[in-house]
Amino acid sequence: MDSVANLAGILLGGLSAGTVLFIVSVGLSVTMGLMGFVNLAHGAFAMFGGYVIVLAMNRAQFGFPVAIVLGFVATAALSIVLERALYRRLYRAGELDQVLFTIGLVFIFIAGITIVVGPGSQTLQLPAALGGQLNLGFIQYRTYSIFLIVVGVAIVLGIWLAFERTRIGAEIRATVDNRRMAESLGIDVDRLFTITFAFGSGMAALGGGLGAEFLGLDPQYALKYLVYFLIAVSVGGLGSVVGVYYASLIIGVLDFVLTLYLPKGGTIFIYVLTILILLARPQGLFGRKGL
Amino acid sequence: MSVAMPSSGDASFAARIDNPATRALMRRHRVRWWEALPWAAALVFFFAFPDYLSFGNELLVVILFALSLDLALGYAGIITLGHAAFFGAGAYTVGMLAFYGVWSEPITSLAIAAVVAGAVGMLSGLVLLRTSGLTLLMLTLCTQALLEEAANMGHDWTGGFDGLLSLSFSPVFGLFEFNPLYPTTQYLLTLGVLFACFVFVRTLVYSPFGQSLTGIRENLLRMHAVGSPVRWRLVVCYAISAAIAGVAGGLWAQNNAYVNLSALDLDRAATVLIVLILGGYGRLYGAFIGAVVYMALEHFLAQIYPTAWQLGLGLLLVLIALFARNGILGLGDALWQRYRGSLPWRFRARRAAP
Repeated sequence: MDSVANLAGILLGGLSAGTVLFIVSVGLSVTMGLMGFVNLAHGAFAMFGGYVIVLAMNRAQFGFPVAIVLGFVATAALSIVLERALYRRLYRAGELDQVLFTIGLVFIFIAGITIVVGPGSQTLQLPAALGGQLNLGFIQYRTYSIFLIVVGVAIVLGIWLAFERTRIGAEIRATVDNRRMAESLGIDVDRLFTITFAFGSGMAALGGGLGAEFLGLDPQYALKYLVYFLIAVSVGGLGSVVGVYYASLIIGVLDFVLTLYLPKGGTIFIYVLTILILLARPQGLFGRKGL
Repeated sequence: MSVAMPSSGDASFAARIDNPATRALMRRHRVRWWEALPWAAALVFFFAFPDYLSFGNELLVVILFALSLDLALGYAGIITLGHAAFFGAGAYTVGMLAFYGVWSEPITSLAIAAVVAGAVGMLSGLVLLRTSGLTLLMLTLCTQALLEEAANMGHDWTGGFDGLLSLSFSPVFGLFEFNPLYPTTQYLLTLGVLFACFVFVRTLVYSPFGQSLTGIRENLLRMHAVGSPVRWRLVVCYAISAAIAGVAGGLWAQNNAYVNLSALDLDRAATVLIVLILGGYGRLYGAFIGAVVYMALEHFLAQIYPTAWQLGLGLLLVLIALFARNGILGLGDALWQRYRGSLPWRFRARRAAP
């Protein structure tokens, strides 16, 4: 009985960490699938949103839900401005220029936050309703982790429905599959990209805020977890929401198990696994199109 | 030019040799007078700023590392985010050999570092270079992260997070001692190694092998069509580039007398990429210009305020990516082309003469 509870605990912890990874990465997957734009600054958007959420709660005394909405909206708005003013100029440029540009943006974000907020780490104070333990019948577990998992399932369902059942979702799928054909059919790809970019950045902000409780939040956040975001996207498959969800959950659980049983450098297996998966399937587990 | 058609006579052959384009192509590998300038500057630096020699050392290592990346990225067009993997392989090779007292002769240590890093490059290249674009970017990133994690995990051999400290090396040629406080030996050794590697890379890129690399970068399909062994060329180029990066890493370990995980981290890989693109890739001297500008900016801006450096670097990268895709040297070229006509007559006359 005890081992079952242990196993369930590990699984739940991994799933909640994976959910946060998914929420941050899903936007990156869709925008990279749509435009093939290598956006290394995605983690910076997550960090920016996380800061808005945490500071709104700690300094302006907003409630948790209000702060979350605020973080989403502020980050989405910022990303629209950046996309219109800067990103747009680099769509036709090579990967190298895109990498360089977005690394530059990351540095600007890191320096900006260090100057405005300070180099220290911020802590997220959970509302009382999410702070305690929840009795699931067979195991007592942290309410917040359960909350995250439920939110993740809701988000993946919501995005999946939006992808499969709405007009804009159909347009996105069409563009990921064949951009030229989509443009020929009159789909305004630029507008589509602005919308998905803003939405993806907003989701990243959400992930940054929700994950701040156990990932921490400091100016180095944007670079520290970047490799994980990229792995989730490339293993899941570009432009595939469900793929990124599964990949994130697998990575979350693996990371949880490995840090528990192999505290020293267990992450090495995640890299090995990623390399093997990408060599076998360059388009990712669920991707329809090569990276 | 030996492929002249049998039917064409001597006259037409001479005419073709006389073609300005032929002459330009035949002459392009020749050494220009200004190519001596960087080396002269390095020697002047040695005598003029004896107190800044460790800074100079660091600069020379960055140049060598960027030069190695230029071969893979600038000439062969292999876009990698994980070049620090080879820098680290070389650094750890030299570091571990010295730390455990196996081998402490500096120059042969560097040769061993080159072999080890080159082997890592060859093996990973054989596997990774089957892919391209974003997949390749991710795979190089993961390979480097893998090595970093391995170095962290192999704590008993590599010192883990703390690294291997206070390495000692035997004197160069048995005569010149390594002196951590007054690193003249290290500076001259690093400069000599950089020069040797530069001459090698310069010869390589103008050789038929180097030309075929440029061809692969510019038009992959055509190179396949003319029967060039594309993948093998790429793997060999990647291995050579890795070996040179390994030498840079080995020099870094010797100059600092330590190795740690920073030799293998993403920061280092990103920095070398930034240095090369800042200077201009695919043109040999981009590594020199980029490293000097980068290190000078870092030195002075970080003195003002550490965060100012990061902000300045970020702005610089964004501006380069938006407005100066070919780096500082590319910008210089463009300005030269544009304003050549309005320069004093002497310059115009010199350009027009050939």
